[in-house]
Amino acid sequence: MGGTVVQVAYLAATALFVFSLHWMNSPRTARRGVAAGVVAMTIAVLATWAQPALVRNHLWIIVPILAGFAVGIPLSRVPLTAVPQRTAISHAFGGLAAGLVGTAKYFLWAGEGGGQLTRFRMGALVAEILLGYLTFTGSLMAAGKLQEIKWIPQRPVTYPFQNVVNFGLMGVALTLGVLLVVNPVGAWAAPAFLAIIVLALSFGVLLILPIGGADMPTVISILNSYAGLSAVAMGFVLDNKLLITAGALDGSSGLILSIVMCRAMNRSFTNVLFGAFGQVQSGKAGAEEQVYKQETIEGAAQVLEQASLVVIVPGYGMAVAQAQHRVRELYDQLSRRGITVKFAIHPVAGRMPGHMNVLLAEADVPYAHLVEMDEINPDMPQCDVALVIGANDVVNPAARHDKSTPIYGMPIIAADKARTVLAIKRSKSPGFAGIDNELYFRDQTFMLFGDAKAVVGELVKQLSGAGAGH
Amino acid sequence: MTAAVIVRMAQAPPEAADAHGQGDYVTLLFVLVLSTFIGLGVIARVSRLLHTPLMSLTNAISAIAVVGSILVAGGDFPLEVRVMGAVALFASMTNIVSGFLITDRMLRMFRQAPRERPK
Repeated sequence: MGGTVVQVAYLAATALFVFSLHWMNSPRTARRGVAAGVVAMTIAVLATWAQPALVRNHLWIIVPILAGFAVGIPLSRVPLTAVPQRTAISHAFGGLAAGLVGTAKYFLWAGEGGGQLTRFRMGALVAEILLGYLTFTGSLMAAGKLQEIKWIPQRPVTYPFQNVVNFGLMGVALTLGVLLVVNPVGAWAAPAFLAIIVLALSFGVLLILPIGGADMPTVISILNSYAGLSAVAMGFVLDNKLLITAGALDGSSGLILSIVMCRAMNRSFTNVLFGAFGQVQSGKAGAEEQVYKQETIEGAAQVLEQASLVVIVPGYGMAVAQAQHRVRELYDQLSRRGITVKFAIHPVAGRMPGHMNVLLAEADVPYAHLVEMDEINPDMPQCDVALVIGANDVVNPAARHDKSTPIYGMPIIAADKARTVLAIKRSKSPGFAGIDNELYFRDQTFMLFGDAKAVVGELVKQLSGAGAGH
Repeated sequence: MTAAVIVRMAQAPPEAADAHGQGDYVTLLFVLVLSTFIGLGVIARVSRLLHTPLMSLTNAISAIAVVGSILVAGGDFPLEVRVMGAVALFASMTNIVSGFLITDRMLRMFRQAPRERPK
């Protein structure tokens, strides 16, 4: 296939990718977006493959493609609660591909004497391998934390001079990079290149060590952005505009999601990456013991039955307990009684952007009932019962006034404005931010301790039993 | 920081417009800047409901690295280079397949109205 034909095919693929993302603006057209993406990718692969001058070893292409299908299909069937892990693994694979292609290209060109290694290209290569390999190990770490693998610490790991060590490593890697740009084929060039790879791999691990669960949505978004940027860098290395456009679309998506997540926590990028959120605070240890008021299932069911507006606030606890289907049954029971039920979705609820929406959609809750934080908050004073299911920091009123708490300034769902608050909680321990939740000690709040799935199931049973009795 | 390096390189004289007559990196930078603006514009309008499927869709799209991987794996290169290309191709292909499939699977779940429900 001629060069021009390939370029035109790439142009078509680029346009289709833009449409693909454009159609994601509404759930009604979104599936069309996936179809456009599939067509674009198929065009790109075939156009690249059909260049006999460049591609000779077809077996070397067919086998990895088949292997990709063999692993990709099962990976796409994971339970929806495991979607954050799958996404992190996907970022890791993206980073690995960029890193490997960069490494291969460098040694190929250096072996040819370095004539191809212009300064610009060498700079792009350094960017590609840095971003690629740090995204690889960083995302694997994130996936491990999300999957709660035993030997990866869940709680943030911090040590003295952590940021100094991290910045130091990055500084060394960048210095080596600059030296390589100046002289890409000196005697020390290949070892320096390998040293950058090792530094980037270690930096990825060290960067994620101090990250706690509550920061995962932001970190996953940032890694998404890095994976896109590494593809952009590969585009510069290979002089390929399709890689640059598609990578830039991914990079900007990750950037926007990171901004949304940071705003939803009132924090900055640097604060998320280098702030080691989630350390258990010791300052408040002296405060007086506060007591929870507990409620029975029967009592809670009665409170719910008498409401006319119920707002359910789901959080990570709902995902962990896989309680979304029980929650939908509860929604059915209440709607059947003419009670209005809405879901209040905080942008950082769960472990990745949009996590709660997908889980509730899986349970067949119509998306019109999933309401964003900013839209639901004005209605909260009219709300009779706020039912908090496994959410913690996103409903903590301390965020409004307590400057000593790490979540100070974070916008929250105003569950405390509701007449009655029912909170389902797995245990009496504090949330991921490691702080007590004021909401639980308010006069109008009643606690239901237990696994979210079990407790909501009991509530449903109680309500359906009462319904049958009438 | 890396962006600054790239910009500085762009300002350096084009000392070796190489054998393929490539090296027009200013054009490439144009492409990057413009597609970033398009990306920001398009993504900002994506429904917040769909942020999880959006991320899995962009996962699949950024696996466009498949293009580079094919060229490295399929060329007449030394064995170790092709092995790296083949692994990269496997990783990209996994992202493409799982990314598109899971996005579609999630999107099918988003319904305006429930399937059957007494009013």
